[in-house]
Amino acid sequence: MDQHSLLFQSMVYLAAAIVFVPLAKKMGLGAVLGYLIAGIIIGPSLLGFIGREGEDIMHFAEFGVVMMLFLIGIELEPALLWRLRSSILGLGGLQVILSAAAIAGIAYLVGQPVNTSLALGMILSLSSTAIVLQTLNEKGWMGTSAGQSAFSVLLFQDIAVIPMLAIFPLLAGNAAADAASHNASLRDNLPGWAQTLVVLGAVAIIIIAGRYLVRPLMRIIARTRVRELFTATALLMVVGIAVLMNLVGLSSALGAFLGGVVLANSEYRHELESDIEPFKGLLLGLFFIAVGASIDFNLIMKQPWLIMGLVVGIMALKGIVLLLLGKIFKLSTDQNLLFAFALADIGEFAFVLLSFTGQTGLMSKEMTAMITAVVAISMALTPLIMLVYEKVIQPYYTRSEIKAEREADEINEKNPVIIAGFGRFGSMTGRFLRANGIHATVLDLDSDRVDALHNLGIKVYYGDASRYDLLVAAGAKDAKMLIIATDHAEQTLEIVRMAQRYFPHLQLLVRAENNEDTFELMDLGVLHIYRETVDTSLRLGVDALRMLGGRAYRSERAARTFFRQDERTLKGLSALRDDKKQYISSMKERIDEMEKLISSDRVKTWLDEGQGWDPESLRDEIRGEKIDEE
Amino acid sequence: MARVLINFAHPALEKSRVHSQLLRVVKNIPGVTFNDLYEQYPDLDVDVAREQKLLEQHDIIFMQHPFYWYSAPAIVKQWLDLVLEHGWAYGHTGKALQGKYFGNIITAGGAAHSYEPDGHHGHTVHEFLLPFMQTAKLCNMHYTAPYVIYGVHRQDTSDIQEDAARLKQVLERLRDDKFDLTPLPGLKDLTQILQLPAQTR
Repeated sequence: MDQHSLLFQSMVYLAAAIVFVPLAKKMGLGAVLGYLIAGIIIGPSLLGFIGREGEDIMHFAEFGVVMMLFLIGIELEPALLWRLRSSILGLGGLQVILSAAAIAGIAYLVGQPVNTSLALGMILSLSSTAIVLQTLNEKGWMGTSAGQSAFSVLLFQDIAVIPMLAIFPLLAGNAAADAASHNASLRDNLPGWAQTLVVLGAVAIIIIAGRYLVRPLMRIIARTRVRELFTATALLMVVGIAVLMNLVGLSSALGAFLGGVVLANSEYRHELESDIEPFKGLLLGLFFIAVGASIDFNLIMKQPWLIMGLVVGIMALKGIVLLLLGKIFKLSTDQNLLFAFALADIGEFAFVLLSFTGQTGLMSKEMTAMITAVVAISMALTPLIMLVYEKVIQPYYTRSEIKAEREADEINEKNPVIIAGFGRFGSMTGRFLRANGIHATVLDLDSDRVDALHNLGIKVYYGDASRYDLLVAAGAKDAKMLIIATDHAEQTLEIVRMAQRYFPHLQLLVRAENNEDTFELMDLGVLHIYRETVDTSLRLGVDALRMLGGRAYRSERAARTFFRQDERTLKGLSALRDDKKQYISSMKERIDEMEKLISSDRVKTWLDEGQGWDPESLRDEIRGEKIDEE
Repeated sequence: MARVLINFAHPALEKSRVHSQLLRVVKNIPGVTFNDLYEQYPDLDVDVAREQKLLEQHDIIFMQHPFYWYSAPAIVKQWLDLVLEHGWAYGHTGKALQGKYFGNIITAGGAAHSYEPDGHHGHTVHEFLLPFMQTAKLCNMHYTAPYVIYGVHRQDTSDIQEDAARLKQVLERLRDDKFDLTPLPGLKDLTQILQLPAQTR
């Protein structure tokens, strides 16, 4: 592909995405279906903008799946994974084994040889991680019990691909195994025990590097304060894992997932997430377009009934197995239906496995092409099926759905408060909230501090809070409050503008350094502004008054009165500030006023508030009466 | 020797003529503990443990305060609400204060005759102090007669000094425990103890 055509291709893909995804969304079909439609339309069957190279692009775009698994891993704490272990092994394992056995059995009954039947069973038992997770996320169903179960099953399937790839050469016989060796990896020429050792070694490298190498590396990168370097590091990490995994013949998606899980507890988690996210999104989009484009309509037109029958039959069979499992694992009816609807499709790993069977001669060319079409159609149907679930089935069960969501909240606890800036100001606020049982997600730009705080067990993440994506990653959509305690006024204003624009539901509590900052924040309409030194200086003033013999209670009240007066003055000034000249003159007036306040009787008056406690007027009145009486 | 505690409450002592004079005397009586509530808790955050410990260490407890709106300044209410805990001061297991004496030392703006049933305020000070009395009773304490300084707005310095000296005498008598404490709850005014015959036990 020369450069010109590469640019042209990029243009076609991007344009198709931009045209069809918003259209699909508008029609309530979801982004995944939008990408698939775009692929079908620009593909060889309709407009023909892209032809055979669609398959190459699909292989390239499969990397989006790798990135997605990395992101899934990074959003997943190892503790959660451990809690899901029974559903991953039990639910996932049973799903793959039962579905594969059922499909293989039927294939054998209709006259396929044993090895082909087994290959078909394995290929078709898998579901599409990319489409299902994307759709579940899009609809906000990830947290439901069906979402969690589907996730567990998908995770197991991703793992199951590895032994499947190992079994296929055996099914094909020795001659075919040689043909398959184009996929040469480091371990191929080693004896069995050494292969195991190599695989374990690769996994160990990922875990150890994630634990002990990534953090110092990130710290060094963060210190350079060159943002794109961070993105480059994040990409390098994912690509590196993929290369390592390919080298030892493991699934790179699985490796990326493992890498993500290792980094899930890292303070750079949000930064990594927001760096990888756009790449993942684009590559996945590309992948879906490629799937759409690879659907061979000519083939379908030749045998429409056979292909549609296969699609419906396989999906129904998988759906029944899933419903059965959901029942065994005690999902409520509506959740069980969602679970079955979501996973009844055939996944993208089928394409990988199919290319393998084609090469090994396990299946004929025609059969491979037909199964490819079946897989692609079933993937394309998934968003539609989910749509049916959302519009038709879910409304019947709205009640229990709410219950399920509440359960999910406990698993993925989201912090109601985000603190931007965890310096001497923000840390105090954060500690105070923490002491009162309110946990905050902390964002800070000082990598050394982030590191130190992380060691203290505080959830703190490296990143610039004025970035939209980072705020999203920190949970700004679900949070109630954003506390902005950053050091630099410019940055503070930027975060305020960002938050007001994209997260208008967030309560903003903003630290201001001085009166100038306060005015700017007032101009932006910020209601809760905290000038950083006011309280401290007044507290010192209170102590000074007390040490000079003043009563404690009076001194405290005096400070509070002074504070209120000062805030009022500032608000008055802010209103006048638009006219600079007036501001200056008015500032002068205020200084005059302050002088008046400070001098003599004005001070006496406001310090004497609380007349009710010992009214001089009453005393005068009573004494007057006394004089009258006499 | 009885141990006497004075819990003092005045939000604007700097403006009070009478109490500042009284304090000059009250603060310096050996064996009488002076506890300045507003000075101790300017934010009204009463330290319950500290206050309970003080109460446990004394036999006779006074609340000294101006008679604001027929009652006391805000911190006294806060103090009562927080310190007299259930299970400690009252209730089945609340016996910490059992047998102690409790009373008020108050300054009122109105003259003595205005606190008569037919006077300006229509009730006696004792009637107004009913919540304190019942509080003491609920906490297994004896309520003593209040020590009242009437007509503070009309008093001049010599009057106040006289009152202060008399209060000092009363507190010293109570501290020295030279008479039978049993008639205390029956008294009308705490100054009356000065007339009681001294009893050495």
